[in-house]
Amino acid sequence: MKSFLLDGERISFEEGETILQAAIRAGKYIPHLCFHPEFRPHGSCKLCTVKIAGRQSASCTRLAAEGLEVESETAELNAERLLLTQMLFVEGNHFCPSCEKSGDCQLQATAYHLGMTSAHFDHFYPNRPVDASHPEYLLDFNRCILCSLCVRASRDVDNKNVFALAGRGIATHLVVNARSGKLGDTDFAATDKAASVCPVGVILKKGKGFSVPIGSRTFDKKEIGEWVDTRLKERT
Amino acid sequence: MARLKVATATLAGCFGCHMSFLAIDERIFELVEHVEFDRSPINDIKKVGECDLGLIEGGLCNSENVEVLREFRKKCRILVAVGACAINGGLPAQRNPIPLSVILDEIYLGEAGIAHGVIPNDPELPLPLNKVHPLHEVVKIDYFLPGCPPSADVIWKFLTDLLAGREPEFGPELLHYD
Ligand code: SF4
Ligand code: SF4
Ligand code: FES
Repeated sequence: MKSFLLDGERISFEEGETILQAAIRAGKYIPHLCFHPEFRPHGSCKLCTVKIAGRQSASCTRLAAEGLEVESETAELNAERLLLTQMLFVEGNHFCPSCEKSGDCQLQATAYHLGMTSAHFDHFYPNRPVDASHPEYLLDFNRCILCSLCVRASRDVDNKNVFALAGRGIATHLVVNARSGKLGDTDFAATDKAASVCPVGVILKKGKGFSVPIGSRTFDKKEIGEWVDTRLKERT
Repeated sequence: MARLKVATATLAGCFGCHMSFLAIDERIFELVEHVEFDRSPINDIKKVGECDLGLIEGGLCNSENVEVLREFRKKCRILVAVGACAINGGLPAQRNPIPLSVILDEIYLGEAGIAHGVIPNDPELPLPLNKVHPLHEVVKIDYFLPGCPPSADVIWKFLTDLLAGREPEFGPELLHYD
């Protein structure tokens, strides 16, 4: 089988696999937020950036190739990952103590992994009203990190196109595909893949918040680096 | 060994971080062997003197908060933001997307029970800031202790690391934002 080196460790891959896919299958963690093993990569968050022959590259979009020497766990890359994470925190409104997703949130868990103790930059405090128009789900846009997983899930799995990313650059934002812009006016359903794919606390089921006590939540029990390939085991 | 001089203050916080500090329980006996308290709600000293360490809970929601913070920065060799509100504004900062005038009108002119038709304007009252700010947006902060509140163990780990001359560090079991 073909293989490449990840931080000096041999990782085998199948033809067509990306570096991140092969790493996750081997139980190796490369920080990432917009990648999910069930979806085609989006390549937008850049948390998964690695260094190959002195050049940076997103490991979720870079195809694995025989003999590559990939660096990931370096002080330099982790410092840049931390900066990206801090920017995500200040761009939205992330008040973890009052967020239902706290303890189950991949952004928060990634920040823990990277040792973030403050968001460092000035906070934007954007004004993003909550959409509670749907009877079963609410959208808290304050926490959206624009990973596009809900967009991909709704379009590619649910065949519905409920979500889209609109605008460009710093003005990019999540929109709901209805004339009113409200989730309640779409055909979004609780059984949709898009209902369960958000890595942070945007797409939330009503009436069940804080149902798991502190200490028993996903990342209370497992560091994100140890959790990451559990998504593959759940599928098989 | 000279004892470390420590000052603490609550700005736009709920005193939860101070309560958590007290939750170090009997370890406080060990602590007072090594530290001496300057200004703090614990002893009610009102003015901060020259200190080794300043611990600040809460963000900045009014002009007095800013004054106290600047005073602490001048007097404390090491200044620490303690807890979620000091670090990102926390719950008080959830007013930030709404203009201050809209909030004051709603509460003092509209809300039944509190509304007396006037917005309080006593010169003794510090002016509210347009937005609530975390500490690091106004002065340099040397360390951040996350958590709402940071657990007694986090505070203890920080203090004992510092007293031992180690760079304070929190492992995954201590790093929490909630
Ligand atoms: S989405 Fe995650 S990072 Fe944001 S407030 Fe919720 S728990 Fe915190
Ligand atoms: S709502 Fe969630 S899944 Fe959708 S783009 Fe935002 S962060 Fe990603
Ligand atoms: S996971 Fe690769 S860019 Fe987001």
